[in-house]
Amino acid sequence: MRTIDLSKATLRDLNQDLHRQAEGTNEVEWEVVNPRGHHAVAVGVDAPININIKGSVGYYCAGMNKKANITVHGSAGPGVAENMMSGCVTIKGDASQYAGATGRGGLLVIEGNASSRCGISMKGIDIVVRGNIGHMSAFMAQSGHLVVLGDAGDALGDSIYEAKLFVRGNVKSLGADCIEKEMRPEHHEALAALLAKAGISGVKTSEFKRYGSARKLYTFNIDNADAY
Amino acid sequence: MCGIVGLFIKDKALEPQLGALTAVMLSTMCDRGPDSAGFAVYGAPHAGKSKITVQSADPDKDFPGLAAALTNAIGADVALAQKSTHAVLTVPAAKADAARAAIRSGHPSVRIMGSGDTIEIYKEVGYPTDVSKQFDLAHMTGTHAIGHTRMATESAVTTLGAHPFSTGPDQCLVHNGSLSNHHNLKRELSHDGITFETDNDSEVAAAYLTWRMNQGLNLGEALKKSLDDLDGFFTFVVGTKNGFGVIRDPIACKPAVMAETDQYVAFGSEYRALVNLPGIDRAKVWEPEPATVYFWER
Repeated sequence: MRTIDLSKATLRDLNQDLHRQAEGTNEVEWEVVNPRGHHAVAVGVDAPININIKGSVGYYCAGMNKKANITVHGSAGPGVAENMMSGCVTIKGDASQYAGATGRGGLLVIEGNASSRCGISMKGIDIVVRGNIGHMSAFMAQSGHLVVLGDAGDALGDSIYEAKLFVRGNVKSLGADCIEKEMRPEHHEALAALLAKAGISGVKTSEFKRYGSARKLYTFNIDNADAY
Repeated sequence: MCGIVGLFIKDKALEPQLGALTAVMLSTMCDRGPDSAGFAVYGAPHAGKSKITVQSADPDKDFPGLAAALTNAIGADVALAQKSTHAVLTVPAAKADAARAAIRSGHPSVRIMGSGDTIEIYKEVGYPTDVSKQFDLAHMTGTHAIGHTRMATESAVTTLGAHPFSTGPDQCLVHNGSLSNHHNLKRELSHDGITFETDNDSEVAAAYLTWRMNQGLNLGEALKKSLDDLDGFFTFVVGTKNGFGVIRDPIACKPAVMAETDQYVAFGSEYRALVNLPGIDRAKVWEPEPATVYFWER
């Protein structure tokens, strides 16, 4: 196992080392100690490796991640797993604003709470939050799933496209064009698979409500043609 | 972008380290605000005395005769302790208003940064660690301190444009963000006799809170009111003689992290600002909620 101590090594040393790894690397297990709120820890990794970060991180941890399993044993600052492509990022503590923003694939698991704008403009990422999420989450969310075991803040799913939102607790308010939708069998199935993937058991899919787009905002309505 | 740090000590044993801890916190926020920095330190009160912190662009000319001139003008002893471009004047509490008036009328090149029983305010243009060294923050002691590193977006990079802003006795405010209705608010406050030193939006926020507290509200109530009356982006950290408060606007895009232990309450724009505090690994660490007032009083 490679251990990198960020109180000794520079952030650039760490990220360059991680960028040298590719498919088939022998150095599969990585540990980062003393992250002490550093920004951009383990950003841009493109290899199927496991990275354990022992402490809390600052902005943009695990951004653009491809293939790697990255676990933060602490809390994460703004923009964690921003634009993730694939792989899995797990935050043992809380995540700050815009977690998983613009993510295109992979799984982001937040074991604590996520604050505002979680999953903003998500484009295929799956996000599972054990706690609560803040206001304006899933704003303009295009595709992928956002699963929340706790409550959601104001304006959930404002201007949403085709992402699917599952919330177990209360939703303070829904954003423009976001509505509650029926949980059909395929949604129970997809949700059960996501919960299992995130390692969550003892929670029934029937406890969740589904939210998504009313499709009145982003689709052109011929009756409105005169307005243009 | 700006950086904010704040430390409110609960355990007296930590008070001698207030300056040292705040200096380290401030140094972590240099890249959030490299153009100027400032801090307010709430130190020990001296019975019957008030402190007035003043600043001069030409301290060698302005400070040497200042104490004697003020003593003469107000008819009471004034002591002066100089720190670089700033000086703390100690005056009998009953004569504090007279001393401030005498400074304004007789010493126009000397600017009043703040006054009160315990507050001292230091701020300058420059890299935050240099500013902190310039005033020897690391050796200051006290009960609470608030610091700011500024990346100016809204008004000029000047000493007076740096934070904290103090608009009432023992009050100060630092701000990360920008207001959009400060011109209107300033006009309204001016009607009520509030005066302003700068064109800065944050000064208006500070004056607003002072105005509310003058109406009899406590710090927490004044902060709550600000949610209705201030428009824009803000994370504020404010200090009073006995209190320490935090509030974020409802959109809450300006970052904030807080930590609390039995020994202290701490604020940082980022977690990096908190990592050197004693016992941080066991502290309760959280992100303050939008549109929610947090305040502590001793």
